[in-house]
Amino acid sequence: MTTALETTPKAKERLVPGTPLLEVRDLHVEFKTRDGIAKAVNGVNYSVAAGETLAVLGESGSGKSVTAQTIMGILDMPPGRVTAGEILYRGQDMLKMSGEERRKIRGRKIAMIFQDALSSLNPVLSVGYQLGEMFRVHEGASKKEAKAKAIELMDRVRIPAAAQRVGDYPHQFSGGMRQRIMIAMALALQPDLIIADEPTTALDVTVQAQVMDLLAELQAEYHMGLILITHDLGVVADVADKIAVMYAGRIVETAPVHDLYASPAHPYTKGLLRSIPRLDQKGEELYAIKGLPPNLYKVPAGCAFNPRCDVATDLCRTEIPALHQVTDRDGAELAGRKSACHLWKETLHG
Amino acid sequence: MAEPILEVKDLVKHYPLHQGILFKKQVGAVKAVDGISFALHKGETLGIVGESGCGKSTLAKVLMNLERATAGQVLYKGEDISRLSGAALKAVRRNIQMVFQDPYTSLNPRMTVGDIIGEPYEIHPEVAPKGDRRKAVQDLLDVVGLNPEYINRYPHQFSGGQRQRIGIARGLALKPEVIICDEPVSALDVSVQAQVINLLDQLQKDFELSYMFIAHDLSIVRHISDRVGVMYLGKMVEIGSDEEIYEHATHPYTQALLSAVPVPDPTGREGRERIILSGDIPSPANPPSGCRFRTRCWKAEERCSTELPLLAVPELLSGPAKHESACHFAAVRETVSA
Repeated sequence: MTTALETTPKAKERLVPGTPLLEVRDLHVEFKTRDGIAKAVNGVNYSVAAGETLAVLGESGSGKSVTAQTIMGILDMPPGRVTAGEILYRGQDMLKMSGEERRKIRGRKIAMIFQDALSSLNPVLSVGYQLGEMFRVHEGASKKEAKAKAIELMDRVRIPAAAQRVGDYPHQFSGGMRQRIMIAMALALQPDLIIADEPTTALDVTVQAQVMDLLAELQAEYHMGLILITHDLGVVADVADKIAVMYAGRIVETAPVHDLYASPAHPYTKGLLRSIPRLDQKGEELYAIKGLPPNLYKVPAGCAFNPRCDVATDLCRTEIPALHQVTDRDGAELAGRKSACHLWKETLHG
Repeated sequence: MAEPILEVKDLVKHYPLHQGILFKKQVGAVKAVDGISFALHKGETLGIVGESGCGKSTLAKVLMNLERATAGQVLYKGEDISRLSGAALKAVRRNIQMVFQDPYTSLNPRMTVGDIIGEPYEIHPEVAPKGDRRKAVQDLLDVVGLNPEYINRYPHQFSGGQRQRIGIARGLALKPEVIICDEPVSALDVSVQAQVINLLDQLQKDFELSYMFIAHDLSIVRHISDRVGVMYLGKMVEIGSDEEIYEHATHPYTQALLSAVPVPDPTGREGRERIILSGDIPSPANPPSGCRFRTRCWKAEERCSTELPLLAVPELLSGPAKHESACHFAAVRETVSA
């Protein structure tokens, strides 16, 4: 039934930039625990096309990683449960597929890079074995072929002396090198889409710059789609094409990268941008968003951000705002811009 | 300027490496801190930046006397405290307190907040007499912006930002003069970081505290610090006022570090010039000869591998570029990126 999913590893057609790859529609995920039901994801919509970088920005507990894990099909169920929504990969809903079908997509079409490379790699197997496993399992390569391909991949992500280091174990590599191995593993089968969950959070800034550079270069070459999950407004500004900002399991704002930084249309985004210290200026007191991120067992009624918001009205305390299309002063639609705030006009233009 | 409150002179901390099981012999040493000198004045914040493994946390531990210095001096108001022990050490420690990075592991989960913040009074009963302790703890909770009624709660009932406030309250309990903050906000969410930084700022004004603020986030360090020191592999490579370091850095490592920080503004990102360093930080057990940064430096020449550059004010430079820098070729970078 699925021509797009045919397993022809050799004849891999080049991705055309702009081809829609993945669309998440109205996704709801909750966790049933001893303390009640935690609504981690409450209606998330986003899409990513070939060659495009979507940054999903949010703090801990905003649901950004849970969404990614649901897309990959690696969410622990139970306690997790998808209660509504669709995840379309090239037009087909992955949530309706069998385990076998999903396995064909996972790794081969959509691959993931995790934050902590040391705990994501198996400590008792050499990196060469772990990289080669991709080819042995998915493509039936022999041990010798797999090793050769592993070396090729390590070269590709610029690990020095790849041929000598292919037999080394994860602990023998530095943090930056381990993250390169994770990237190599994600790239192995030339997927259409890579989901990178905080790929550089555990790294030092100079190494972070190397790794982000490498990712950008590989993306330019293969035209992969990239979903970058992060809390770092600096990294997002460097690489993203468009941004989805999440708060308490919802998308509160989406915008092309330049628009979001220049003129945020949601008070949460605005507050975040104001609260970060800048390298090139020494300000007085920092603006601080008051209060704490919400407890997912008891998300506030109405807009989840209302207790921390400076401009909240009675409407915000009772009615959940829809994701409004954002327009300019003359009422013309701004492409790709949406805001889940009753007062988006005042926030944007005021 | 007045007499510094804390002065560090040629501080060295080496961790010996042993080989053999029965007949242990020392085969080398991890040179975590290798000859560092600086001064901290009253009411001042000195930021220390550097990547993991540069020795900034070891430096904090040695200053607190949690680790014994291998050599060198730590002078508190002119008195060397690095060799003290027993009652004398206890008396000095009252004045130098620490706030730790991880608010999840630095608070005992089986103690109430009141016990955690009040514990320093068990060791230094002279600060708060027994009957007044509960009141003293409640006052501290109020100072750090927590509800004084939370005194009987346990750490797990608080969020990360609130826990860090508890850690700060504990640091303040003995009315110290110096607080060493080791990555105090790096475990917190962006929206909560600003709250804690503002709190630290406020407390400094209210209690005339001196901070040593250790962090890897250069933007936060600039925001809070009066002076900034940059460490690399156990050495201080550059030190100066925040403007001197951030606007007129003369050491190549500082320049690379600053250019690697992602700027939270996409405007002009394509044209931004960035120094991408190659390779990783060498092992502190076997640092390169001469200048330790030379293996990753684009300016390195023969001289750098033979002659160790000293932290000194370069004579050829003038204006704000004239501050201490440990490079043979110290110079302000021509193209300063926005």
